[in-house]
Amino acid sequence: MADRLAGVRHLLPRMSAKFVVGLILVGAITLFGLIGPQFTVDPLDSSFKGLLPPGGEHPLGTTKLGYDVLAQLATGTRGSLYVGLLGGLVALVLAIGFGIMAGYFGDWLDEILTVFTNIMLVIPGLPLVMILAAYVQSAEGLGDFARSSTLVALILGITGWSGSAIVLRAQARSLRTREYVAAARVAGEKGLRIIAVEILPNLVPLIAAQLIWGVMAAVLGEAGLSYLGLGPTGSVTLGTMLNDAQTGQAVGAGAWWWFVPPGLLIALLGTGLSLVNFAIDEIVNPKLRAAPEAARQQRKATKAGKGVASGGSFA
Amino acid sequence: MSFYLRRIAFYLITLWAAISLNFLLPRMMPGDPASIMLGKLRRAAGGRPLTDEAIQTVRLLFGADKTTPLWDQYLAYWGQMLRFDLGISSTRYPYTVVSLIADALPWTLVLVGTATLISFVLGIVVGGWVGWKRGTWLDHLVPVTTLLQSIPYFWLALVLVAVFSVQLGLLPIFGGYDPFSFPGGPEWSWAFISSAAKHAILPAVTIVISSIGGWLLGMRNMMVSTMSEDYVLTAEAKGLRPSRVRDRYAARNAAIPSLAGFGIALAFVVAGSIVMEQVFTYPGIGKLMIQAVQNLDYALMQGVFLVITLTVLAANFVMDLIYGIIDPRVRTHG
Repeated sequence: MADRLAGVRHLLPRMSAKFVVGLILVGAITLFGLIGPQFTVDPLDSSFKGLLPPGGEHPLGTTKLGYDVLAQLATGTRGSLYVGLLGGLVALVLAIGFGIMAGYFGDWLDEILTVFTNIMLVIPGLPLVMILAAYVQSAEGLGDFARSSTLVALILGITGWSGSAIVLRAQARSLRTREYVAAARVAGEKGLRIIAVEILPNLVPLIAAQLIWGVMAAVLGEAGLSYLGLGPTGSVTLGTMLNDAQTGQAVGAGAWWWFVPPGLLIALLGTGLSLVNFAIDEIVNPKLRAAPEAARQQRKATKAGKGVASGGSFA
Repeated sequence: MSFYLRRIAFYLITLWAAISLNFLLPRMMPGDPASIMLGKLRRAAGGRPLTDEAIQTVRLLFGADKTTPLWDQYLAYWGQMLRFDLGISSTRYPYTVVSLIADALPWTLVLVGTATLISFVLGIVVGGWVGWKRGTWLDHLVPVTTLLQSIPYFWLALVLVAVFSVQLGLLPIFGGYDPFSFPGGPEWSWAFISSAAKHAILPAVTIVISSIGGWLLGMRNMMVSTMSEDYVLTAEAKGLRPSRVRDRYAARNAAIPSLAGFGIALAFVVAGSIVMEQVFTYPGIGKLMIQAVQNLDYALMQGVFLVITLTVLAANFVMDLIYGIIDPRVRTHG
């Protein structure tokens, strides 16, 4: 048992300060979105006075229409996390499909899939998403689904997988030439089984990192779309809050408590996710972890008079 | 095949894909975008009948009746593209899409181009230096840059406007120039350029602050990795000056992935700038796109998408040329 754990441990992030801060940020915001709405007033209750500054009954004030900002923030966080997670997952599945297939099978399949991935990569994402959203949302026959957050998440996922696919392809390509993969092939295992059993498990840290990027991109994408008025209607997200603040002239009225918290929450969530990603990066690329540490020790040794070099980049 | 030929071929394929996507999208959607567009144009024309030519253009762009085979429509669509005819806008009737884009594009090109260049150079220089000083207090800059990277462009723009324009009253709140001093629109005068520059400060600062984190971090991480390569150790052992080791050995190689990743990053900058232009009501291409999408002006929307894609492809191509000069390996090994 202990041996097995030792084998897995190098795949787990080290408990560095960055990682812990990241986990706390992400965890706190997720908790806020999950259970926060239970403790706040109805986010769509407009019976309060409009544009109240923070304090008293409304810790974060109210909006122009008299919604409680804290309640909107909690529900909005939940909405944004939903879009982020769904969009990120869709993007991840596509990235795995395109990236790993291309990297493992190689040859003409690789050529075709890679050209397709690269095309998706250079075509600017947001304008494409805007056009798709505009068409789909005005299409007849979709009913309520046409302006739901699920559809927004799907659009963001379908357009946002290419960067991850490139990263996964490169790694899968290098794994393909490893001996244990060759051994599995010689043993007569089928391609898809080799991918599932031999390749995917070794890509877990990288895949986790791609999922985190995907979630971040989808949260930011949703915020942008909603701010432009192309987001989901009927549900509250951090982006729709900012859209309301824009149409309600929050900036001109000086109602900072209305537009600052949603953006700050997005930024903090993104920061937390990237910090977690750094910890993962340091697993994938040990140099990032080892080199600063080595430099620090060398400098310490030099200070103590035990250094080998007295100057230059390694001192 | 040489590196450059391969790249040119790739951009041609991408261009073909983008135009084909533009062709297919309105035809794949449920409903009839062509009729919707015609309806909007009629309303915009205020009851005056549309010319046959205008109707024909809409049909060519957004789908003819079901009897015309898709392939014939596709060929006709290409003819339309090659004549640079993207139709008439319904929101800004009777202007053509091409003329609207031509008015808006310079604003965005100058703003986003300058800001991206500043951000890129600054990010590479500072990132290289932070990576060189690895293991010192400068490592704490890393988490800070992630915060910058996670801030939505438009929100940062809102905050900047709230502080510098609304509270302090130092800089203009909206627009690309002062419309009261220049009621006739843009002109080539010193006063106009200085007015435009003043209006561009906050948007440019927004782009630089939001995009510098990515460059800085990427360069720093590559610098750290490169510094542990054997050839850097060799250079150091030969007794070369530290500045030479840093600039010619480590930084030059560490910058390569940043250059290669420029295209991906550019897509983010373009996306961020589009939303940002809404905050400043900047008269650029992003504002035009937003206007088109909000009013379901299909002609303008698709025209702007095509032009944005073309511009991004051109920028990527220029970057590829530079990349080929800096890293000779890609030219020989493809």
